Amino acid sequence: MVRRVLLPILATLAGAPVALAQEGDAERGAVLFRQCNSCHVAEPDGPSRTGPNLYGVLGRTAGALEGVRYSPAIREAGEGGLIWTVETLDGFLQDPRGYIPGSRMSFRGLPDLQDRMDVIAYLTGDAPVVHSSELGRLSPEIFTIEGDVEYGEYLSSECVACHSASGSDEGIPVITGLEPEAFILALHDYRDGHREHQVMTTVTARLTDEEIASLAAYFAELEE
Amino acid sequence: MINRRTFLGTTAALAGTLAAPAVLGQARPRAVVIGGGAGGATAARYIANDSDGMIDVTLIEPTRHYYTCFFSNLYLGGFRTIESLGHSYGTLAADYGINVVHDWATGIDRDARTVALAGGGSVPYDRLIVSPGIDFKEGAVPGWSTAAQNAMPHAYKAGSQTELLRAQLENMREGGTFAMVAPPNPYRCPPGPYERVSMVAHYLSQNNPTARILILDPKESFSKQALFEDGWARHYPGMIERIGPDFGGGNVEVRPESMEVVVDGQVEAVDVCNVIPAMQAGSILQDAALTESDWATVMPATMQSVMDENIHVLGDSARQGAMPKSGFAANSQAKVAAMAVRHALTDSRLFPARFSNTCWSLITTDDGIKVGATYQAGEDRIEAVDTFVSQLGESDEVRAETYRESLGWYDSITSDMFG
Repeated sequence: MVRRVLLPILATLAGAPVALAQEGDAERGAVLFRQCNSCHVAEPDGPSRTGPNLYGVLGRTAGALEGVRYSPAIREAGEGGLIWTVETLDGFLQDPRGYIPGSRMSFRGLPDLQDRMDVIAYLTGDAPVVHSSELGRLSPEIFTIEGDVEYGEYLSSECVACHSASGSDEGIPVITGLEPEAFILALHDYRDGHREHQVMTTVTARLTDEEIASLAAYFAELEE
Repeated sequence: MINRRTFLGTTAALAGTLAAPAVLGQARPRAVVIGGGAGGATAARYIANDSDGMIDVTLIEPTRHYYTCFFSNLYLGGFRTIESLGHSYGTLAADYGINVVHDWATGIDRDARTVALAGGGSVPYDRLIVSPGIDFKEGAVPGWSTAAQNAMPHAYKAGSQTELLRAQLENMREGGTFAMVAPPNPYRCPPGPYERVSMVAHYLSQNNPTARILILDPKESFSKQALFEDGWARHYPGMIERIGPDFGGGNVEVRPESMEVVVDGQVEAVDVCNVIPAMQAGSILQDAALTESDWATVMPATMQSVMDENIHVLGDSARQGAMPKSGFAANSQAKVAAMAVRHALTDSRLFPARFSNTCWSLITTDDGIKVGATYQAGEDRIEAVDTFVSQLGESDEVRAETYRESLGWYDSITSDMFG
């Protein structure tokens, strides 16, 4: 049981970017998706049928959509940290029952990488593309915390002692102009030990999720 | 690059010079800062910038060109020019609307809330920030006084003293002895004397390889000791000798006329002698009765003097608790004090005090080390939260990266200070 849950989590952490370079063709994906139609739709605000509505599934925690009767295996995977990304969905679609043993989804899988990328592109639609490498181990809720810009400005004064505000990145990277998501990911990764740097590990150790959101909100505003 | 900070700074300056007196019809609250170093310049800039012109900021600093003490050892080692350590106050005046007064602050009248200037006149304040750095304790090293600082430079306030020490190093006879009288705790920049020894050794190993370095040290141990001693053994074998208190390092007299040091009664001739005496808070704090036993005690959440709530003391002169006396620490404390001053004068939001510090040191080319910590306000002193330090046996790449990091930090903190 433990192994079943662990495998997808490791996949999330590792985020092997095998498929990243592959461009998906959403139109072709729509055609391929017809074989999923009996159980799933993929429409903005669409209903869930036997299986969940799959529109914008990237970034969603596995087994977390309300009103869906998931198999216990999928729920447990989500509780164990599995988030659907290009990489995890790619792994799942290739071999659903191998990726999450105990999943009730009776689908043999898509052996062809291009097919999987096309389906993922179709499911994504206009929703954001989410890669494992960007997510780390964070739940999507982390990205929706509303930051306190003024508090973020105060906290940022600790950053700018080392990180230049004027665009020079000799020795120390520039942090203005980072996408808020990338900023949040980086600070969480340092704090939680997924990235190593003596100063950053120490500085982030005391930051709460809300303080990281506040910093991200402030630095985002700085660039407007 | 135009960012929000500089943009606001400019509008603050315009609002300050044009709009405020006419529109408000009364004086804005006045923040006065004594000392334009890492503490004072940062505090002035943050108050002026973040108050959007609501606070009138005056910075009193005697020199027009400020030379940073941090990185001045790298100048001694030949890694920096003296010019690259110099900074002026033009941007603070022009872009941030700060009234920069190049004069000596000679006294503080705490009842009248004014600062007296050497050039005559006085400057009134509602809140005063004092960040004067350190002064040396007269008589701390028998035989040495300020009058002897040309024969035996301290080079612990950067500028002409640093240039003098470098010149003496260059002119030292072949196989001569460079002596350093190290200071007792607490003092400015804990790793500073030992980074200096490293830089002097770097210079000598290339230009005068039979010369020796003698450290006379009253302390049992010092900052990053294991890392420095490891580096000295690897890069400068046999060149550096340190005499600690067990062998008389705390019982030293100097004779500037004859260029001799007397260690525990034994006379030794030296060729260059760098005397770094014991230190105390800047004299203006002593004179204003804001110190007790050498330093000015402050409240940790706001850096306010425990003697006077209208006065904040930053940096080397402050007795605040666990933070070292460093430029990084003064810069960090300045941001907390600036927030507290704005809160007091304009009722802006008050956030919990957060401090941090990192001290980088260079041992030789591309061999950098660091030590640092985060801090918070405890009940009556600043306390460390988490700490880190470079490790023995790190790869060359890690050490080179640490040095590159220090270069980036220098650029960032000086633009954080001077705009």
